[in-house]
Amino acid sequence: MTDSLRLWIRYMALSVRAQMQYRASFFLAALGQFLGTATEFAGIWALFSRFGELRDWTLWEVALFYGVVNVAFALADALSTGFDRFGDTVKRGHFDRLLVRPRSTVLQLAGQELAFRRVGRLLQGALVLGVASASLELDWTAARAALLAAAILGGACVFFGLFVVHATIAFWTIESLELMNTLTYGGVQTAQYPLSIYAAPFRRFFTFAVPLACVAYFPVVAILERDDPLGSPFWLQCIAPLAGVVFLAASLQFWRFGERHYTSTGS
Amino acid sequence: MRPYLAILSARYRMLLQYRAAALAGITTQFFWGFIRIMILGAFYAASDVDPPMAFAAVVTYVWLGQALLGMLPWNLEPEIEAMVREGNVAFELVRPVDLYSLWYMRTLALRTASTSLRAVPIVLLAGFVLPWTPLADWALAAPAGLAAAGLWMLATVVAMALGCALTMLVHVSLMWTISGDGLSRVVPSLVSVFSGMVVPLPLFPDVLQPLLHALPFRGLVDVPLRIWAGHLEGAEAWTALGGAALWALALVALGRFLLARGCRRLVVQGG
Repeated sequence: MTDSLRLWIRYMALSVRAQMQYRASFFLAALGQFLGTATEFAGIWALFSRFGELRDWTLWEVALFYGVVNVAFALADALSTGFDRFGDTVKRGHFDRLLVRPRSTVLQLAGQELAFRRVGRLLQGALVLGVASASLELDWTAARAALLAAAILGGACVFFGLFVVHATIAFWTIESLELMNTLTYGGVQTAQYPLSIYAAPFRRFFTFAVPLACVAYFPVVAILERDDPLGSPFWLQCIAPLAGVVFLAASLQFWRFGERHYTSTGS
Repeated sequence: MRPYLAILSARYRMLLQYRAAALAGITTQFFWGFIRIMILGAFYAASDVDPPMAFAAVVTYVWLGQALLGMLPWNLEPEIEAMVREGNVAFELVRPVDLYSLWYMRTLALRTASTSLRAVPIVLLAGFVLPWTPLADWALAAPAGLAAAGLWMLATVVAMALGCALTMLVHVSLMWTISGDGLSRVVPSLVSVFSGMVVPLPLFPDVLQPLLHALPFRGLVDVPLRIWAGHLEGAEAWTALGGAALWALALVALGRFLLARGCRRLVVQGG
């Protein structure tokens, strides 16, 4: 385990060094990520300045959801490039090479690239989190901080799991199924607003099938210490981020199942 | 004119082949449209503010925006990008045609192909299927009238010209940056917020309206969509349309000027 971890850290260091060879390209890409995320927030801000509030949620409360989801997504996105490009890996037959190496395929794919440009989205999300917490005058007790960390890590697990599922489907379809983008990018879009504003079937889907609500909505409600319009109890809000870990474990199980059904394209 | 039309039709037919990718795009856009409508609906339902645009008009705005996404300068012509990076642009330079017009036609093929693949199914689903479901309130409405429909067509042609002129500016910037990174990473986010794709422009705070009107981007989405919905009519519509057309001409002139400058200092990549 520690050996795998050491190998993974080496992979990551190599990848960052490689990206720093194209410095201008890196800065522009990171800036693009920053601006792309910032425009989304500009949209939220514009709507609040027009309408005042959203069913008793204020701008900065929504900003807290927004920050948690975007930081979590940026983490998962940066670490999952290998899975993101997996359709191509299968199509070209490169997966065979991974199979003959004496390390797990998940480790090798997770170590393929640390997409450092995602730091743009990460910073933007963290900035919004900071401003939101200052405006709401949140008192960061140890419990609150732990809950925030759990929400972000749980969120990163859910998004990483989605990328793994996306890659696993390529074992059967050979090419990457772009439809999964509705769940990843669409999930970010959805979870940056409080879940209680959506229609019930949609809410259930993002709670029980893809547990984004458990890692963003419930813990943030607990951090805000407000009554949940959906009526969830406080203890549930606190343990909800664990659903992210469960989702990731299930995705990895699906990956192992897919791997057993792999047939090389032979190219 | 013949060679330009030939490249337009050849590229258009080639790009139409990517149907599987378009299908995924349509599903994504449909899902996206729903999320946007649900969010905007929640704002409208909970508020007692008098909004500058009725909810039904906003729904139509969102659907049409999703349908016409292909007209926005959100990606590059893959062949032009590869040519500049790999040095094949040298062949393009020796052709006995005007380079700007040639690339403009390639860009036009890219924009029209991706628009025609997406627009028809989204309009059919949102305009003709949704009204028969329990979600009828979220359906795309017909144009506000015959005059609005005619003017919308004109505005769409202008929007297409403007979208291509903006994409061309990014293409021309490749002459300096060589790689596809650079402007192409920054332009799409600016365009999406200032054109009205993120939030319909009339919903932005009133103090920002003069700025949004002065920028070239509203001609891409906001002007044609509000004309369709009947939210922009009469003299106001004609002024907005004229502004967008002037912007398109100005950006074409700027692109031509920069391309001529770029060609003079172009270093052809070997290989």
